[in-house]
Amino acid sequence: MNHMNGADAMVKCLEKEGIKAVFGYPGVAICPFFNSILNSDIESILVRTEQNAGHAANGYARVTGEVGVCVATSGPGATNLITGIATAFADSIPIVCITGQVKSSLLGSDVFQEADITGAAESFVKYSYLVKNVDEIPRVFKEAFHIASTGRKGPVLIDVPIDIQNASIAKFRYPEEVSLRTYKPTVNGNVVQIKKVIKELERAERPIICAGGGVLLSNAESELREFSEKYHIPVVSTMMGIGAMPTEHPMYYGMVGNNGKPYANRAMNESDLLIVVGARVADRAMSQPDLITENKVMVHIDVDPAEIGKNVGPTIPLVGDIKHILLDIEKHEFECEHDLWVNTLDLYRETMKIKRKPDRNFVDPESFIGTLSKELDDNAVYVADVGQNQIWSCAYHVVKKGRFLTSGGMGTMGYSIPAAMGAKKALGKDRQVIAVCGDGSFQMSMMELATVRQHDIPIKIIVFNNHYLGMVREYQHYTYSDHYSVVDLTGSPDLEKLSSAYDVKYTRVINMDDAAAKIRAFLDEPGTSLMECMIDPMDLVK
Amino acid sequence: MQRKVFQLIVDNTSGVLSRISGLFSRRGYNIESITAGVTADPRFTRITIVTSGDEDILDQIEKQVSKLVDVRNIKELVPEESVYRELIMLKVKADAEQRQSIIALADIFRAKIVDVAIDSLIIELTGNQAKIEAFISLLNGHQILELARTGIAGLSRGSEGVINFD
Repeated sequence: MNHMNGADAMVKCLEKEGIKAVFGYPGVAICPFFNSILNSDIESILVRTEQNAGHAANGYARVTGEVGVCVATSGPGATNLITGIATAFADSIPIVCITGQVKSSLLGSDVFQEADITGAAESFVKYSYLVKNVDEIPRVFKEAFHIASTGRKGPVLIDVPIDIQNASIAKFRYPEEVSLRTYKPTVNGNVVQIKKVIKELERAERPIICAGGGVLLSNAESELREFSEKYHIPVVSTMMGIGAMPTEHPMYYGMVGNNGKPYANRAMNESDLLIVVGARVADRAMSQPDLITENKVMVHIDVDPAEIGKNVGPTIPLVGDIKHILLDIEKHEFECEHDLWVNTLDLYRETMKIKRKPDRNFVDPESFIGTLSKELDDNAVYVADVGQNQIWSCAYHVVKKGRFLTSGGMGTMGYSIPAAMGAKKALGKDRQVIAVCGDGSFQMSMMELATVRQHDIPIKIIVFNNHYLGMVREYQHYTYSDHYSVVDLTGSPDLEKLSSAYDVKYTRVINMDDAAAKIRAFLDEPGTSLMECMIDPMDLVK
Repeated sequence: MQRKVFQLIVDNTSGVLSRISGLFSRRGYNIESITAGVTADPRFTRITIVTSGDEDILDQIEKQVSKLVDVRNIKELVPEESVYRELIMLKVKADAEQRQSIIALADIFRAKIVDVAIDSLIIELTGNQAKIEAFISLLNGHQILELARTGIAGLSRGSEGVINFD
């Protein structure tokens, strides 16, 4: 290519990284980039608001295990992206965010659409770059992709002033490898620590593994399953760890935490050896970590040394990549057998079920999601939004060989539709991708119906409509004795008419009588379709 | 509450100081003082941070700072194995009558008089913090007009802890 400029180089870098699609929204400051990308095979997906470009890149990254890319312009484009960046940061999802910036000579002078995005996003990024020299572009991109996708993964921001995008680059050479003097994440676990863990495993009578999102980020699902089977160790998970074990695996005992299964929490509490794998021991999973870890040995395996001891002090810290560590432990031959403990947990699982009393005039989330899980393909990607719908999805969706995605750390409403879109774009037409949201979260990203139509990304959307911001209403029910404030969603659009406006097939389910048949037809429908489920407005998650 | 002095070696990139101070402020860590300056190798900056907190917090500070991509190394400058120095400049009210007694006091502390005006003196003093505190408190009877402190810089003793840059 003659006369390559900075924008051409940026696109070339994305090609070198194997990026197939970017999610973005143009503006003047990023126009050189969007001009260059037309000469590439990389597809640009035009989202309807920048935040959703972040979520789409997030969904793309989570199902591929690769880095997702989102692009926005300077000023408001960049600031709109922040929630997408923060969402990815909270869940350690590898994305690279590219923003246009005003001319470098004008930086700091508050010109039109200038925002200090590297400054504003500082606390939500793993690293950020403000490119001030066109020749830095190949190195910066190589480093950004490396930082995003290694160690504890996360978002990296690259802010590129428009004059840098337009400047001609003398010679484009994409570095083979990075030379970051200061950044070297630990991969292999310490041998001495591994031996200590084995000693505890041999001694333990009631061991349990608590699996977090790190298992999925390390692509260690099969290693975890083998580990659990080989050493006969029951597994519970955090919200981000859902899908690390198949839901119906006999050794899996559900999600822990204040919205988790009572028998999962009991299993964790009564264990004598708690192995936390790739989880932060965050407040929603373990509200009183000191109490939970009292009287037991705790092993904490995580790639990020700063997570170890942040919320609770483990007996044995073990830093490294989960897949490597589990395989390393498995190299050692030792016997474990915990029949009594496993039988006890089976009994808890049988007897500690929460019995819901659904109103037959409405769709019951428990049986609806149960039926939906049966009808979905084994490898379907299920994207849950945030709110009551999320808790129900976590509790009742059965993950087989597919994935379960949700915004766990940040709890960002509106996540499901754009993330499903990103996942579907990455996986193609043969993989089922379904977004399940509430009427509140749906309205936070319903504009993306246009994007999925425009770019032919057929996703299935289920809206649980209870005419309330249900999770907050439930909180107000318990905390303020039903003194509801600003949770009534009256005025929401008619979803049938809305679907028709976007030329999306619509189905309504009012109760469980014909739910199964309707779900089947809905899933068989080619193209994007939307199903509205009428939920009891007074229904609670607990 | 414990007090610790950390020495950081960081890449000399733009914004590195703001990344570090930002980390301290958003996670609610204390900074008693922070000093920064380029090392013998111009690619790196040495930062000395004095901070305080309970043991868990100090442990987190070390881990979170290590996590920053620009940070090459962080280590505690343990008091017994390190030398700390701080420089202060102090403007004190001194008419002709008071001048001699202040100069005498400064001499005892090996402080330097760097400026003399009709009614004031500027004194420069370098030392560890105990010495500096002692000097300031001895000047209590006089009127201190202005005080500028650099915060401490420090190095560990001996050649064992020296970081090889390549």
